[in-house]
Amino acid sequence: MSALLEVAGLTKRFGGVTAVNDCSFSVEQGTITALIGPNGSGKTTAFNMITGYLKADSGGIRFDGHDVRKPDPARLYRAGLSRTFQQARIFPELSVRENLVVASGFGWADLFGRRVSGRDRASANETLDEFRLGALADLRAADLSYGQRKLLEFAAVLMSKPKLVLLDEPTAGVNPVMIDTMERHVRARHAEGVTFLIVEHDMQLVMRLCDPVIVLDRGAPIASGKPAEVQANPLVVDAYLGA
Amino acid sequence: MTRAGLIRAAVFFGLLLVMPFAIGPQWVMNLLIFTIMYAGLASSWNLVGGYAGYPSLGHAAFFGVGAYSVALIFRDSVGDGYAPFFVLPLIGIGAALLSVPIGWIAMRTRADVFAIVTITLLFVAQSLAYNLRDLTGGAQGMGVAVPPFPIETYTWPFYYAMLVLLAVAMGISFYFRRSKIGLSLSAVRADEDKAHGVGVHVGAVKVLAFAVSVGVVAMIGGVWAFYIGFIYPAFAVDPLITIGMVLMTFLGGRATLWGPVIGAFILVPAQQFFAYQFGASQFYLLAYAAIFLIIMLVLPRGILPTIAGRLSRWRLRRLGDVPIPDVATESDSEALAGQAADSEGKAR
Repeated sequence: MSALLEVAGLTKRFGGVTAVNDCSFSVEQGTITALIGPNGSGKTTAFNMITGYLKADSGGIRFDGHDVRKPDPARLYRAGLSRTFQQARIFPELSVRENLVVASGFGWADLFGRRVSGRDRASANETLDEFRLGALADLRAADLSYGQRKLLEFAAVLMSKPKLVLLDEPTAGVNPVMIDTMERHVRARHAEGVTFLIVEHDMQLVMRLCDPVIVLDRGAPIASGKPAEVQANPLVVDAYLGA
Repeated sequence: MTRAGLIRAAVFFGLLLVMPFAIGPQWVMNLLIFTIMYAGLASSWNLVGGYAGYPSLGHAAFFGVGAYSVALIFRDSVGDGYAPFFVLPLIGIGAALLSVPIGWIAMRTRADVFAIVTITLLFVAQSLAYNLRDLTGGAQGMGVAVPPFPIETYTWPFYYAMLVLLAVAMGISFYFRRSKIGLSLSAVRADEDKAHGVGVHVGAVKVLAFAVSVGVVAMIGGVWAFYIGFIYPAFAVDPLITIGMVLMTFLGGRATLWGPVIGAFILVPAQQFFAYQFGASQFYLLAYAAIFLIIMLVLPRGILPTIAGRLSRWRLRRLGDVPIPDVATESDSEALAGQAADSEGKAR
């Protein structure tokens, strides 16, 4: 196994608050790695820096064997690094199918081509069927429920055939059935060779789905390893219970 | 294009094509020329202000660029009178190229800041028109040579030129909707950061929309200058022209094909009617504003989107079996609150 993503010494300060502090970890190829930690431990901030949405104060990122000098969301997305957001960010005025097409990473020349070509339609429908959203393909995304939107966002960022997918709390605020659905889809894509890095608060899900687990506290990793090891680590218990 | 859409366009442009043969009075022709001009301007503005969601207030600057270009080239002579119309495409391309660096810089800002940056552009252009006296004649204005058109059909070439430019603007608008340019612009309007994050070429598509939009506006400005025959900085680079484009697009419906046209066909005649009714007093501007306010109160998203929304809801009720999940759930309002907090947390 080799590291698909390496983060070294990542740091971000917001005024006097150090959200992420000299944070280093790596995500091995072919894993479903969890990034957990108490609220405010810097998980989402780390996500935002890794994906280029936020500029790091210092630190370096290596993805897929290349140093990422100036992380840019679009370039990383095309290089195979996708992410979802805590609050499913979809395009409400576009149809469900168009939400997938717009995320397919089309090139310059395609801009002048058809809005939804036959090929776009076929590949979007394939993914929609996989996610059982096929029946909703022509609805406006705004008409979907919150859980369906999260599913849609996940489906959409898979359109670029990513190597690594970062999921930011994929099951927050959705019903238990949807949690199972989400888990099934992660497992299915994982079986096809996609690597995952997941921020999640549902510990049961983390324990059964993820390996390894990385625990952040106050912006830096305090433990990592197999779920059971991490669970038994006194440092982790301290971080969560504030002892 | 759907059959209904094709018929609508054919009827609309067919009617306008034969209009000059049907109407006698000169003032009706004049009114129609200005209505079609504003329909074209609003349709062009819609490419940026509607589809991309970037409320430019600087489009009148490019209207002025087109107007002064025609005036400068044809100050002394226009030959048989048709040459300016053939030069227009070059003026349009020139203005579009000129706008690329401007759009590239201005579109680094968003929403209200973008509106302020672009309105600054308008006043810069106006100041230049006032102060580059050797070129523009300053406040004294400058004339365009009078074409030797026959007196009975003098206005016809201008009318048809405006009509062609409206067709061009609507054609581009239609093409945008049908291509990935429109898809990308919709994504930009909804959530530009997310669009960038899923690999949409946001910078390129925004600048492209801006350049095409102001290119058409410049061509319309060129025809206007030729038609008016004498231009001043106050009218060639006029905030009211910008405001007109914006109001008409909002009224008819942003990001729709026909909205800006409908807006123009309501507001321009209304403005003229009230100007006639209330004479030189300023009451006509009040009445003009009143129409706009009333329609926006009744149809807040603009005429077309409101009607389309009501129609589709009515159709859904009649079908009854389409599974529309309840959108306004508790988790949604939480999600929205969270999203607001999320975007505050972002650095850019």
